[in-house]
Amino acid sequence: MAKPMEQYTWRDIPIGCVVEEPGNARDYKTGDWRSQRPVVETAKCIQCGVCWVFCPDAAIYRNEEGYYLANLDYCKGCGICARECWTGCIRMVEEEK
Amino acid sequence: MKPKRVGMEVSIALSEAVKMANVDCIAAYPITPQTHIVEHLSELVADGELDAEFIPVESEHSALSVCAGTSAVGARTFTATSSQGLALMHEILFIVSAMRLPIVMAVVNRALSAPLSIWNDHSDVMASRDCGWIQIFTENGQEVFDQTLCAFRIAEDHRVFMPTIINLDGFTLSHVVEPLYLVGQELVDKFLPPYKPPYTLHPDRPLTMGAFGVPEIYAEAKKAQEVALRNSYPVIMELWKEWGELTGRHYHPIEAYRMEGAKIALLTMGSFGEIAMGAVDRMQDEGIPVGLLKLRLWRPFPFEEIRQSVQGLETLVVMDRAISFGGIGGPVCSEIKSALYQQPKRPKVFSFIAGLGGRDVPPEQFEEMVQQAMKMKRKRPVEEFTMIGVRE
Repeated sequence: MAKPMEQYTWRDIPIGCVVEEPGNARDYKTGDWRSQRPVVETAKCIQCGVCWVFCPDAAIYRNEEGYYLANLDYCKGCGICARECWTGCIRMVEEEK
Repeated sequence: MKPKRVGMEVSIALSEAVKMANVDCIAAYPITPQTHIVEHLSELVADGELDAEFIPVESEHSALSVCAGTSAVGARTFTATSSQGLALMHEILFIVSAMRLPIVMAVVNRALSAPLSIWNDHSDVMASRDCGWIQIFTENGQEVFDQTLCAFRIAEDHRVFMPTIINLDGFTLSHVVEPLYLVGQELVDKFLPPYKPPYTLHPDRPLTMGAFGVPEIYAEAKKAQEVALRNSYPVIMELWKEWGELTGRHYHPIEAYRMEGAKIALLTMGSFGEIAMGAVDRMQDEGIPVGLLKLRLWRPFPFEEIRQSVQGLETLVVMDRAISFGGIGGPVCSEIKSALYQQPKRPKVFSFIAGLGGRDVPPEQFEEMVQQAMKMKRKRPVEEFTMIGVRE
């Protein structure tokens, strides 16, 4: 986005509310209403990537060491990764205030 | 080219106008009394007379959804429906207008079920009144032909980009053979340039249409849409003027008939205006100072023109062809009353509902409305509205 959404006036809205810039959903952090977050115990992780495959929001990335971790800007805490993980290395923990 | 006068069924005339507009895509589902329009267009496409995609669909919901898609890729798009079909399109109507897709749709007005009725009134379009489309009513075959061509030009104008509904009364207008002047293709080509969309869905330039609108942006989007619809008003005036200069047939948001010196006026919308004209002639012969106002442009609503048209009137009799249940009664009258409420001087406004579900409204009934209004004017009316021609 050229500027944050709350700075747009009605006059700035493109015709039909078209989003002209491809992929700008990235600027919008969608993970802020999560109630649980996945915590990975890397010692148990076999780097299979099944969590990466199943994440419905493409919020899991691979770090430099090859481990798969959740990007908490976008992770909504659905727990699918923890459910699918073969080794049980992902644990869902309550978000604290 | 000298205009040619022909006798033609109004549905066919409308289809011929769509053909002359050289549409790229038609997606529609047949429903009485709109069927002849879609049938004729499918024949024109099948016979190679119109180079367009005719997409048959399984419902009106799909018809308008397909239209949204074809309009989004930049195709000039047409559809038509009636009654239950318009009701089934309901959710897509709002999407199309918010996305500013200039689809043109003929609504062949028909009563809504139940009881099931295939006949004419305005309950279908009034249930979709707030859908954000430009909405125009027509009185005769010539107006249907002319307004269909004007609709494409208005909808696609770069200052407008709004979908547009042409309303014509089912059977009483759609199925009658009327004399009308067609126009030459070269006139249409001059009046209606190719559609230049502001955005198109194309892989070379990715963009998102119909995106999610969070609370931080939704209200701004709605204000932009409302302002755009209101701003279409001067453009509609300009384009009707241009059409008038080209064809000699002039259109206004409200047409006045024998309003000179009138103290009372009837106000109608749609094809019953012609019968009302006869009734006004008869009443004027009897010395009653009554005139007729015919409302053509329903959205955007012509507030200023209404206020000017009623100046000097003591009584205004509004005929509606639909009921807003449990509310004020007639949607047209409700609008007129709102337009006049803040005026320091305004006529007494009386709401009558007539002609529901194909019930005929003969000239005598217009006279009865005027007489009842004159009586009610002397005492404060008890009812919000009066249904006329209903057996007690």
